[in-house]
Amino acid sequence: MWRCDPLLTVNRYKCCYCGACVGVCPTMSLELVETWLEVSPECKECGICTKICPVGALEVKA
Amino acid sequence: MKCDVVVVGAGPAGSMAARTAAAAGLNVVMLEKRQEIGDPVRCAEGVGKRVLCEMVKPDSQWIAAEVKGARIYAPDGTRVVMSEDRAGSEVGYVLERKIFDRALAMDAARVGAKVLVKTRALELLRKNGVPCGVSAMHMGEPLQIEAPLIIGADGVESKVGRWAGIDTALKPKDIHCCAQFLVQDSTIDDEYCEFFLGNNLAPGGYVWTFPKGDKLANVGIGVQGSKSGSGVPVRLLKEFMKSHFPNGRVVEIVAGGDPSSGVIESATADGVMLVGDAAHQTDPITGGGILNAMKAGIIAGEVAVKAVSNGNLSKAGLKEYEDRWRAEMGKHIARSFEYKEFFVKLTDNDLNQLIGSLKNEDISKMDLRGMLRMLFKLNPKLLWELRHLVV
Repeated sequence: MWRCDPLLTVNRYKCCYCGACVGVCPTMSLELVETWLEVSPECKECGICTKICPVGALEVKA
Repeated sequence: MKCDVVVVGAGPAGSMAARTAAAAGLNVVMLEKRQEIGDPVRCAEGVGKRVLCEMVKPDSQWIAAEVKGARIYAPDGTRVVMSEDRAGSEVGYVLERKIFDRALAMDAARVGAKVLVKTRALELLRKNGVPCGVSAMHMGEPLQIEAPLIIGADGVESKVGRWAGIDTALKPKDIHCCAQFLVQDSTIDDEYCEFFLGNNLAPGGYVWTFPKGDKLANVGIGVQGSKSGSGVPVRLLKEFMKSHFPNGRVVEIVAGGDPSSGVIESATADGVMLVGDAAHQTDPITGGGILNAMKAGIIAGEVAVKAVSNGNLSKAGLKEYEDRWRAEMGKHIARSFEYKEFFVKLTDNDLNQLIGSLKNEDISKMDLRGMLRMLFKLNPKLLWELRHLVV
């Protein structure tokens, strides 16, 4: 079910689990569970969340 | 588990909805996915005193500070001062949201609402396609809560609306990306909220300092999402700290996304009402959302009581909620959105001209609308696009 090597990576040392990324995700692929941001396989790696992350914790690997 | 109303999210909107509905005798269950209500905050915690006190009895336990007024700084440093009762509904008290949110949830519990923490909604339950509750995860175990009415108070991350077919995904231009430090510094003014404008300082937004008493303040930044970038808010906030509080001690870091989309097309669907940030009921100019969230929660709670008792929980049956929240705050949010769309286009020179034009005017007795009218009078050419809002 979960992709082994997702292209959207979460730097969990930077993430402040604010949920802004969840609010802009067009495919509902992100879910915040306490301090843990889950990325589902529906993620299209559109990168919108990476641009709005206040702390720079998200990255789409090329 | 069965109940009359399930409320998803225990922030101010959810708790006010749960409290209102439970106090009128409904069987209410409120879910909160976190294990602790109210923490970490995603908020500058400023709130208008008068409107807040119309809804809840003030309690010194959750009032961190009371402020006298607000100062606004142009990019060139020019400063104007507005007094507290005139600075709009965003200053007055600075709250301790960690305690405030819990107090509101406990008020709901006291009148009979059941509160389930560490309980996350996973999807809507449906019967013949109509929502009839939520499927949840309670402390890692599945839990079904059957209810004919679901109130989505699930904040900027809202899924309830999206599950019900309401597109609440925010475009980057309609979210403000925020970071905030709780700062201890001997230079902090304990009596004034301050707002700093400038395209280098905070593109499409502003930097704020909201005092929390005893030389502490929330020092935060909101940047329009379309003008932001990976990690930009926290980087700009660090730069602001260097120039304004070089010796400040940062004792807490929080972040957040603030909806600034203006009025949502629909905050209801069959069996579903959205309240607070989930319904984008924040003011697009100030970013303030606590009071609107609480008002909407109360309205939703009252409509829930009627709708459950008459058995009409369709979108049409919930129209009273839609009508009442739009009448209460919709027009104001729509107007603020137009201001936001205009102000985010201004250059630093424009901002300097606008704020500079107020330097010799007495604005201490004006509210935000009065100040904008004055700005229009003094700068008609620059503000021509806004004439329909001012007259």
